Amino acid sequence: MKTSVLIIGAGIIGTAIARELSRYTVKVALIEKETDVAFGGPTKANTAIIHAGYDDRLGTLSAQLCQRGNGLWSKLASELNIPFKRIGSLVIAFQGEQKRVLKDLLERGERNGVQGLKIIEDQELFEMEPNLNKDAVAGLYAPTAGVVSPYEAAIALAENARANGVSIYFGTKTTGLTVRSNEVKAVRTSNGRIYTRYVVNAAGLFADEISSLAGIDEFQIIPRKGEYVIYDKDLGGMVNHVLFPVPTPISKGITVTPTVDSNIIAGPTAQDVQNKNDFTTTLDGLEEVLDGAHKLVPRLSSRRDAIIASFTGLRPQPTTDDFIIKPYQKPHGFINVAGMKSPGLTSAPAIAKMVVGILKEEGLTLHKRDGFSASRAPIVHPLRDFHPAKTEEAIENNPLYGHVVCRCECATEAEIVEAIRRGATTLDGVKYRTRAGMGRCQGGFCAPHVIRIISRELGVPVQEVTKRGGDSRVLPFPAKHFLVGDER
Amino acid sequence: MIERKLDLVVVGGGAAGLAAAIAAKEEEIDSVLILERNEELGGILPQCIHTGFGLHYFKENLTGPEYIARFVQKVHKLGIEYKVETMVLDLNQRREILAVNSSEGLMRLRADAVVLGMGCRERSRGALHIPGTRPAGIFTAGTAQRLMDIEGYVPGARVLILGSGDVGLIMARRFAMERVEVMGVVEVMPFPGGLPRNLQCLKDFAIPIFLRHAATFIHGSDRVEAVTISKLDDSRRPILGEKRTIECDTLIVSAGLIPENELSKKACIELDPRTGGPVVDENMETSVQGIFACGNVVYVHDLVDHVTRDGEIAGRNASKGILGQLRPLERRISLFPGGNMRYIVPQIISGKQPLTLYSRVFRPAFNIDITVGRNVTVHKHFAKPAELVTINLTAERLKDLEKEEEITVSMNA
Repeated sequence: MKTSVLIIGAGIIGTAIARELSRYTVKVALIEKETDVAFGGPTKANTAIIHAGYDDRLGTLSAQLCQRGNGLWSKLASELNIPFKRIGSLVIAFQGEQKRVLKDLLERGERNGVQGLKIIEDQELFEMEPNLNKDAVAGLYAPTAGVVSPYEAAIALAENARANGVSIYFGTKTTGLTVRSNEVKAVRTSNGRIYTRYVVNAAGLFADEISSLAGIDEFQIIPRKGEYVIYDKDLGGMVNHVLFPVPTPISKGITVTPTVDSNIIAGPTAQDVQNKNDFTTTLDGLEEVLDGAHKLVPRLSSRRDAIIASFTGLRPQPTTDDFIIKPYQKPHGFINVAGMKSPGLTSAPAIAKMVVGILKEEGLTLHKRDGFSASRAPIVHPLRDFHPAKTEEAIENNPLYGHVVCRCECATEAEIVEAIRRGATTLDGVKYRTRAGMGRCQGGFCAPHVIRIISRELGVPVQEVTKRGGDSRVLPFPAKHFLVGDER
Repeated sequence: MIERKLDLVVVGGGAAGLAAAIAAKEEEIDSVLILERNEELGGILPQCIHTGFGLHYFKENLTGPEYIARFVQKVHKLGIEYKVETMVLDLNQRREILAVNSSEGLMRLRADAVVLGMGCRERSRGALHIPGTRPAGIFTAGTAQRLMDIEGYVPGARVLILGSGDVGLIMARRFAMERVEVMGVVEVMPFPGGLPRNLQCLKDFAIPIFLRHAATFIHGSDRVEAVTISKLDDSRRPILGEKRTIECDTLIVSAGLIPENELSKKACIELDPRTGGPVVDENMETSVQGIFACGNVVYVHDLVDHVTRDGEIAGRNASKGILGQLRPLERRISLFPGGNMRYIVPQIISGKQPLTLYSRVFRPAFNIDITVGRNVTVHKHFAKPAELVTINLTAERLKDLEKEEEITVSMNA
């Protein structure tokens, strides 16, 4: 196979670059070792915040890109129908001296070009957040901060990129790089060799290993573990803004945030680990998250029963402590887009534009593609959105919109079938696209149904259906004889 | 959109809902409609293929499918209308219901009375905060049971079960009968959670039970590979070093049931935090006039026979309400649990009508006196968390009840 640009990694960064490049007539391929978009790690498990950009050190790439990226999200979200709400954030100070930190952050933010920053005190603060700890003395309000669904964003970007001609290959692991006379020639993968002039390394946690394949060993990626808990939608409305404590040197601290889906998320912890696959949660981590969350919103402490799930994300923390986005001359054609720690998600749209610029400078000819479509239709959820007129119309066109499969999140069979048609092959793939299984029962009721629908739509045996690809088959054991096949 | 006016709408076609609908129809209520979200009537019972159902109600030992078939047949015989794969989306205090299915689309129903019988859901792994990975191979007991006995797929080869309530014990036996290796049943409490007769499930198949233990780590990246369990101290914290790792490919979570009251909340029905279900009076009427509730949506029962009786009471009183014969309670006495008692249902009684109170205890107790207010004492030989405690308030006992608006039902163990 031959392409002009090969992007490694279908997380939020890789998909954003792919979509940006799809504006041009250049041939682009995106490869991903996992089974689906955003399955790799950082994109599926993070705090889902679009940061305002006040806390990144002046002059860093992350400060510049965060601020620019933040501004790009509104248009991107509306073009691609990505769930996104600009709800604003508050950094909460508890004692007088923390108030000084707010001032520092405000000044830094203004130097970074962040608009609308304001310190809020007393009455006004509690009007904005009635459930905030009464010991809070002030908050730094950043109206431009928001929340997004990161995996839906990556899925939307990938769908739009593909609609505009990008080829995407899953289950394709990079094993080597072929370089001749200092020029990138090909990438070797578990599915064969792909010839390409340019390689964009957006491999997230594994970006250092891919970089090493090109002989570039100037940084390492340290997985920084972050544990989270998710609360039931019942608690939606308890918190209105992204709430941060005053940041520490290694982390923005345990935040409490409403999600785009009206849950509340609390986390993350920040612990550097060795293993890039260490997605385990721990008791200590849970306690740390809850302590942090209760400090900001004491009412949460009586609602441990409303926690529906806990999970761990890994941030790809670079040893350079800043994003690494640059081309190399040895070998020419190799571009690192690595170290996408926070605010990587916020910065993604700006990073994509920057990478296109780098490719141009590196000699890639880019002509605007006629017929580029900037928009992507979402999977509609008329029932969940509680829109009677649209629901009636949808059911008339497709009766499966009237069959609720996931009762907690009100996901219908039509949405699940549509998710599969768009590329979901696993339980998690369906979940990320439809929210089936993401609610308070965590798939207890709907999982058997979703497995059956995946099996039917893809024409694979039930035993082959996986949770998230690999060997994560849900029912790998022989079926009971009396119900097999036609006997049903 | 379909708009209909009905006498009675029953939400949920399980044991509670069917009993309520049948009782109402037998009280000559014309238009009764059952709405069921599953693909068939019966609730959880079609997948409960073990016996033990009906010992009280029918004086027979039936399987779940046999038990519920009797009610389903009666629904057919009485010509009661029902809709399956139909989800109720909304309910308000005016008893207006919004429901949907694929053949009729959205429907707006207005009813003179509504009976809620939505049952309960299982506590998930997420709600238990078990640390570790999130691999395939973790199922709640009910999901595993459905997969095995409705869908036809045995979900594991070596399973570990969390929770020794009735469901956990029955599933341990069910797996053993499918020749699945059951590595054990893990129980947080120092005593088993289930009924004595279900403990026999473990003895019959020599399945170990780990009392005073909790799962403290799940291993395996793609599929469950092992689960670490730890011994707990008196405050239920894991004791350092007292742990073992059990190899298994499947973890079954059977750690409690939660009444499903999303609709009750939408209708602003008052809920009892102790039961997780609506506050009901002795007629099984909720805080919203004309909306009744019965079965596991009110509190988690241990016997379906009691669920059926609940449903009948709700159905009969809903009928009275529809016919204008349900008089408001002359007095409203609120009952509160005290001491070792977890909850009391019904929460509101008139003090005029003899009835049975249902309760559950926190800890096992022997040779006990239950006091209802100051003057009424009921003696029991024992009370265990696994078994509902029944307190019969006979006419004679009611005579002694003091004239207060709030009465505490307490246990001096």
